[in-house]
Amino acid sequence: MLAHLPILQVVVPLMAAPLCWFLNRSKLVWIFALLVCAATCTNSTLLLIEVMKSGTITYELGGWEAPWGIELRIDKLNAFLLLIISTIATVVMFAANTSIQKELSEDRHTLFYSLYLLSLTGMYGIVATGDAFNVFVFLEISSLSAYALIALGNDRRALWAAFQYLIMGTIGATFILIGIGMLYQMTGTLNMSDLAIRLVDVGHTRTVFVAFAFLIVGLCLKLALFPLHLWLPNAYAYAPSIVTAFLAATSTKVAVYLLIRFTFTVFGISFSFTTLPLQSILMVLGLVGVFVASVTAIYQQNVKHILAYSSIAQVGYMIIGYSINTSTGVMATLLHLFNHALMKSALFLALGAIMYRIGSVQLSQFQGLGRQMPLTMSAIVIGGLSLIGVPLSVGFISKWYLLIASVEAGMWSVAVLILLGSLLAIVYIWRIVEMAYFKPPLPGRETVKEAPWTFLAPIWALVIANIYFGIDTRLSVQVAQAASQSLFGINP
Amino acid sequence: MFLGLYNYWIAILLMMIGFYIVIAHGNLVKKLVGLTIFQTSVFIFYISVGVVERGSAPILAEGISDYSNPLPHVLILTAIVVGIATTALGLALVIRIKESYGCVEEDEIQKLDQLNEEKS
Amino acid sequence: MVIAIAIVRTRNLLAVVMLSGIYGLLSACFFVVVDAVDVAFTEASVGAGISGLLMLAAITITGRKEAPKRHKPFLALFVVLVTGGMLIYGTMDMPYFGAADAPVHQHVAPRYINESMQEVGVPNIVTAVLGSYRAFDTLGEVAVIFTAGIGVLSLLTLPRRRKKTSSDEATEEQMHERHMVVRIVSKALIPFILLFALYVQFHGDFGPGGGFQAGVIFAAGIILYTMLFGLDTAQKVFNPSIIQLLAAVGLLLYASVGVVSMINGANFLDYNVLADDPIDGQHIGILIIELGVGITVASVMLSIFFNFDARRQAIQNSNKQKGEQDVSRTL
Repeated sequence: MLAHLPILQVVVPLMAAPLCWFLNRSKLVWIFALLVCAATCTNSTLLLIEVMKSGTITYELGGWEAPWGIELRIDKLNAFLLLIISTIATVVMFAANTSIQKELSEDRHTLFYSLYLLSLTGMYGIVATGDAFNVFVFLEISSLSAYALIALGNDRRALWAAFQYLIMGTIGATFILIGIGMLYQMTGTLNMSDLAIRLVDVGHTRTVFVAFAFLIVGLCLKLALFPLHLWLPNAYAYAPSIVTAFLAATSTKVAVYLLIRFTFTVFGISFSFTTLPLQSILMVLGLVGVFVASVTAIYQQNVKHILAYSSIAQVGYMIIGYSINTSTGVMATLLHLFNHALMKSALFLALGAIMYRIGSVQLSQFQGLGRQMPLTMSAIVIGGLSLIGVPLSVGFISKWYLLIASVEAGMWSVAVLILLGSLLAIVYIWRIVEMAYFKPPLPGRETVKEAPWTFLAPIWALVIANIYFGIDTRLSVQVAQAASQSLFGINP
Repeated sequence: MFLGLYNYWIAILLMMIGFYIVIAHGNLVKKLVGLTIFQTSVFIFYISVGVVERGSAPILAEGISDYSNPLPHVLILTAIVVGIATTALGLALVIRIKESYGCVEEDEIQKLDQLNEEKS
Repeated sequence: MVIAIAIVRTRNLLAVVMLSGIYGLLSACFFVVVDAVDVAFTEASVGAGISGLLMLAAITITGRKEAPKRHKPFLALFVVLVTGGMLIYGTMDMPYFGAADAPVHQHVAPRYINESMQEVGVPNIVTAVLGSYRAFDTLGEVAVIFTAGIGVLSLLTLPRRRKKTSSDEATEEQMHERHMVVRIVSKALIPFILLFALYVQFHGDFGPGGGFQAGVIFAAGIILYTMLFGLDTAQKVFNPSIIQLLAAVGLLLYASVGVVSMINGANFLDYNVLADDPIDGQHIGILIIELGVGITVASVMLSIFFNFDARRQAIQNSNKQKGEQDVSRTL
């Protein structure tokens, strides 16, 4: 059974999605989906332990060896990613039943769970596979289900946001397809590690250069790097709360993973960072992204919008760490992946709880919520502090390593700008706090109660994780370090 | 050089026409048509990659030794399916947009949204 | 080429959809010319068939005219030119079209061509690669279709169908009588279409074809029936909820082949262990997964079309009701 762990990770949710249709009652489907998520979570934990102990695991599908068949290839990097995704998916799923009772009509519940599981399948598939074309297929599974999930939102703007996302996402995917096609044309293989070997000979050709450019642009569309982020804010703002919490914490992370995978593993560091002025371009885009998105966040009236723009800024930080191009930089990026997933899922789930109670997430409606929903609001405050990067929170850890990385690389100006960006985060978080704690409740809103426990349990689990991993950093730092060192070929 | 590469160039030209329709046109249905053309042209590119001169279709038969490369065909079969799935979902979205906004033009939808925001 | 440009210029959406269908058909012809028969088959049935049908169904709802443009799309043109320029630049180092010594034909592909007969035992190499070497991709593809099916359902399902009024039935009767000739001809045709679909399904090992194409053709046959005899009649024959279940069954069938091979101690989707003789095992495996593909594709396509059509009817009905109300008010 242990040998089949990699494939089980992908196939269990894949088979569970159609099985949802055979269970008719909404609650039953929820329990089933929750169990499936928990199972994949256990599975990915086992995988990570196995990988940390004995190194990379490969799994040949259909028994055909690598360049001919498709293989799954789990190393430290993607085992870490799988664990992040599966944990978040499980925790968020816990609150799903309560939330969608309120936000979706009864006949859509089963469909919702199916789509959720399919989206999860897609992400696992992208992360686990070792085959470039297979990435495209699973990318489409996860994005198609994401479009449909977003469109489930009640507001009609959800439809429009989903359509925009569909157009942008498909363009991105087609760019990736072109890139993969050119790589295949020059090397005759689709397997990633095989590509890495064979690209050395043809690395100087213009075709490979263009293929690289197309892959990068396509991926940047998917990960919403400034200025290709336009689809994201509305998509997050109008989707059902659970969907936002799930996608915000996972989908852009998967794109960041692909970026790291393609540049480091497939093309190799020397190609990626010498042939193109990639480092400086992405560094600048990352920094500009941090500032533009943070400033925009300050002026938003919808709290979901504020956090969505903040997500774009966080993606900026990840890209900065990545483009520093040192082992510490990538490690900072990986840490931020992990930490941001914890923060944002907690924050968006808390917003889901507020949506559940007052039916709106407009900033002006937050008046007085600090006293009425103390547990939810304090979760938002802690999540916000973490977002800013206050010590003793996870946000501090990743910012700290990001600063170390930029100073190590002699980029003082970058370090200063990172600090300035964090100051902007203080402003937009403060606006929420001010409204919730220092204003009296709105008339007619005096009797708002605390969120139900099905919300509070997952929110607080995430908040506690936020603090725990901010103090005891051994686990996350150790794994992230091992993963980034293996990318740079350093043996610990 | 021209003779050796013109096939790719035509594919690229077609891709760009499709791409242009996607980003420049405001009508949502037409955007989807553009997307279809864009993708189909990428398929043409892939298939062009797999062509072998004097090769024949990759179905094994007596007396034929040169076959064109089967792998791009497989990839494109998959990609076509993905394409139609995307189109179907996109069209469903368009129908819903039409129902709730009453129009399928990008400009008008954005105008309606702005009006909405000012009201609230 | 010409057609693509025409699409840019034309504002009548009906014409655009027609043209895109022709474009699909032409690219299918190109695929035949360059020996990609399987792809051509699929593109013809999808590009010129299903996607056109769906688009037609959609524009009957959304209206046929595109609004005239107000702003000049210089930015778009610029982006497109840059992208195109990049691509052309990329082609400079490409191996020439059709060159047999290109890297594509050297590394992975020869094994498929030379060994697949011994290893998989299926003459159609494309089927061998699709069904066995890269079966995981195909599983993903079925999942994509399934996702699209659920996505469309989640968007378009109507809460509950109300009882038809008698006036609706009368108009439908009338409409059908008018198309008597078409109806009789296609009634004779439909069994053959379905039969052909089955042939394509099970002949995929030897000639071009396979589960996907068969599924599309099968769906097209039933869609033809629906168009002529009305949605309600068609749904009486093909119950929509059963079709939805079938879509799930197809995907499960495919994946369970993998599980069975795992239980037999091999890797996921390894067909060699399905029978005593590896080649037999491969045959069984490919047959079953193709069946899974066919079932899912056909039922998803059908349910997508049914949903589109149901929407259209719902809109028409509500319009009609509005009209009746107006009339009664004026009276």
